[in-house]
Amino acid sequence: MAMTEHEIFDGFAATVEEFAEKPASDVTPEADLVEDLDIDSLTMVEIIVSAQDKFGIEIPDADLKDLRTVQDVVDYVQRAQRSSVGA
Amino acid sequence: MVTGLGAITPLGDDVASTWAALLAGQSGVRKLTESWADELPVRIAAPATADLASMISSRQLRRMDRCEQLALIAARQAWQDAGAPQVRADRLAVSVGSGVGGLGTTLEAYDTLKEQGWQRLSPFTVPMFMPNGPAAWIGIELGARAGVHAAVSACASSAEAIGYGMHMIRSGRADVVVAGGAEATILPFAIASFAVMRALSVRNDDPERASRPFDKARDGFVLGEGAGMIVLESAGHAARRGAVVHAVAAGVGYSADAYHVAQTAPDGAGSAQAIQRALADAGAQPEQVVHINAHATSTPAGDVAEAMAIQRAIGAPASRITVSATKSMTGHLLGGAGAVESIATICALRQSVAPPTINLEDPDDEIISAGIHVSAKPCEFRTASNPAVALNNSFGFGGHNVTLAFMTP
Repeated sequence: MAMTEHEIFDGFAATVEEFAEKPASDVTPEADLVEDLDIDSLTMVEIIVSAQDKFGIEIPDADLKDLRTVQDVVDYVQRAQRSSVGA
Repeated sequence: MVTGLGAITPLGDDVASTWAALLAGQSGVRKLTESWADELPVRIAAPATADLASMISSRQLRRMDRCEQLALIAARQAWQDAGAPQVRADRLAVSVGSGVGGLGTTLEAYDTLKEQGWQRLSPFTVPMFMPNGPAAWIGIELGARAGVHAAVSACASSAEAIGYGMHMIRSGRADVVVAGGAEATILPFAIASFAVMRALSVRNDDPERASRPFDKARDGFVLGEGAGMIVLESAGHAARRGAVVHAVAAGVGYSADAYHVAQTAPDGAGSAQAIQRALADAGAQPEQVVHINAHATSTPAGDVAEAMAIQRAIGAPASRITVSATKSMTGHLLGGAGAVESIATICALRQSVAPPTINLEDPDDEIISAGIHVSAKPCEFRTASNPAVALNNSFGFGGHNVTLAFMTP
């Protein structure tokens, strides 16, 4: 089931807040996951696994390098959900 | 110098409550109510009852094994007790041991792997199960850059870790060392593994009387869990900042039995050597010893061998020394035992009173013939030469023997 961009952002932001222990105000669309939110590689694994469950998608390791900002993840989830709905 | 103490044990959430319970002769042993215990031959243990979730963040709860959580909480207490000393990062060290590290994590992660696949493992699985994890977390929190070390020698681990910390200060590698150990293995796998060795008491219907070191009716040890930490500090550093000195960490003696992987040498020769080496290292005479916190786990063979070791090492003065087996109350904290019992030893030395050995109703004949004095009641020390010395014995599977000698300041 495809979610709106807004729903995906809220859902992902909540995941980041939980695992990276960042205040909601820090989790903006343009925030860089590593540079701005200080997410280390192990926390990234926690966040990605949680996001996969939450959004019902797979995020292969090979795609992770393209996901630099919160908005990158939101866009990725939106595309993945649409393609699975279309299939 | 020992300038800080911290503990979280089956008897209390800190040093003061643990020491009060020890003097009061309370038992931390409980019947296990978890359903997994129903299938085991041993259904008693001495859990740490503290509410860890209220003591550390939810993120730390998720990313740290229980033994790491216990270690960090005890280390924070010890650090505060020491007055949170100002010390350069490259002069601060950590030496914290554990018998097996994050065993609970290992077991849960293996279940996850089998049932849900590798991708469902926590990315923190390795740092949670590695036995140096407790030392590492403490080192990170305190910013200790002189070195972070983790001794692994079964039930002697934390005594060895304290000994290593003493060496770090003597050799000039550090001014302050947080030293101790932690263990959290009240798990069906650990209980079953010790039970199959016939090492555990099966007094399931009478938990508070199950751990009875030196008593004729002892039938094995009771598994406990918890952590103990002490702050070791160079005399100069402690003096410059006007620190309260709880005791002098005066000596450490190591030896190995080279006899059996899980049984102590029956004549106690190896253990005796550790005691003698600790006294020699402290520059102390047997006559100065006023108290010994024994390893005494309540196993049939081990307690007798230790009594013989004490007699062999100390000689005639042994009969004047009050020997205490605090495992009668705490159960056996494995890699945490040496540290928690060192804290009990230091508290005893400060107050000139040996804690009781509970459940000692009918002392074993061989204990009596070894000529050591064990008391079922708290016992004030008899006339002591100055400075007075108290010893803490810790022996581990593998034949590791460690004796620590503490002295009045």
